[in-house]
Amino acid sequence: MALIDYANPTRFLGLVEKLLPWLGALAALLIAVGLGLVFGIAPDDYQQGATVKIMFIHVPAAWLSMFGYSIMAASSLGTLIWRHPLADVSAKAAAPVGAAFTFVCLVTGSLWGKPMWGTWWEWDARLTSVLVLFIMYLGLIALWQTLEDPIKAGRAAAVLTLVGIVNIPIIKFSVDWWNTLHQPASVFRLGGPTIHPSMLWPLLVTALGFTVLFVTLHLMAMRNEILRRRIRTLRMLQASAVAG
Amino acid sequence: MAGLGPHWGFIVAAYLVTAVVVLGLIVWIRADLAAQRRILKDLEARGLRRRSDAAKASAPAEAAMPAEAE
Repeated sequence: MALIDYANPTRFLGLVEKLLPWLGALAALLIAVGLGLVFGIAPDDYQQGATVKIMFIHVPAAWLSMFGYSIMAASSLGTLIWRHPLADVSAKAAAPVGAAFTFVCLVTGSLWGKPMWGTWWEWDARLTSVLVLFIMYLGLIALWQTLEDPIKAGRAAAVLTLVGIVNIPIIKFSVDWWNTLHQPASVFRLGGPTIHPSMLWPLLVTALGFTVLFVTLHLMAMRNEILRRRIRTLRMLQASAVAG
Repeated sequence: MAGLGPHWGFIVAAYLVTAVVVLGLIVWIRADLAAQRRILKDLEARGLRRRSDAAKASAPAEAAMPAEAE
């Protein structure tokens, strides 16, 4: 069976049912191993002390906040160019998961900032652009809830999502372009990571675990959305039968 | 809290918030799945089928008819 065959919602649901238990178990295992490394092996920072342990959840959440929006943008292209129903479903399903991880990023950043910077919040470029991303997620979720027809809602949301993608490079490069309180990139940067391997590996394992968790939750939410659309179709058939 | 230094409250709060948000998301998605399945089952129990499902359901019955006639 070719990969394109899974673009059929029924076949996609079959694949998701098979994959989900494995993905869930893999996510749980990676997060457990990652947290074991964080609290068992990773040393405290020479300046920040144990507070650096917040990094191991804050940084993956920050990456996934952008990953989620990138999934939505790629799916929006699928909606607008190929008009594929699964692309629409993917974009809608990614929004609450992306919003949740963005919320985690903002809250853990604030909890890290207070003891290290002396403030819960600063209106600098990195923090503000991530807050804008969170508001964009909420706006898109509201848009999908407002328009009853999923096709119309999907197209409107796809246009808005693609306009909003401009915020992703702003988030990524804000620490290079402007003088911000937030530290510059220390993992994905030209010249390689500046973080010591004893902290880098626990961070990468935890980030991989949270990424697999994100994919798992996204697929679960896509399954729900496909079922929701089937219910809508059946109700429309029921309504037309009553009217006819 | 032992080993987490003077700012242990911030560290514990960060991990607790993450756990609550992630677990809340899992519970919400699973509850949504249960609700969608319940509604779909209810509609199908009332005889409503999508055209593709209805065609699939009727196909084996039609295929069996000649054999039954023999």
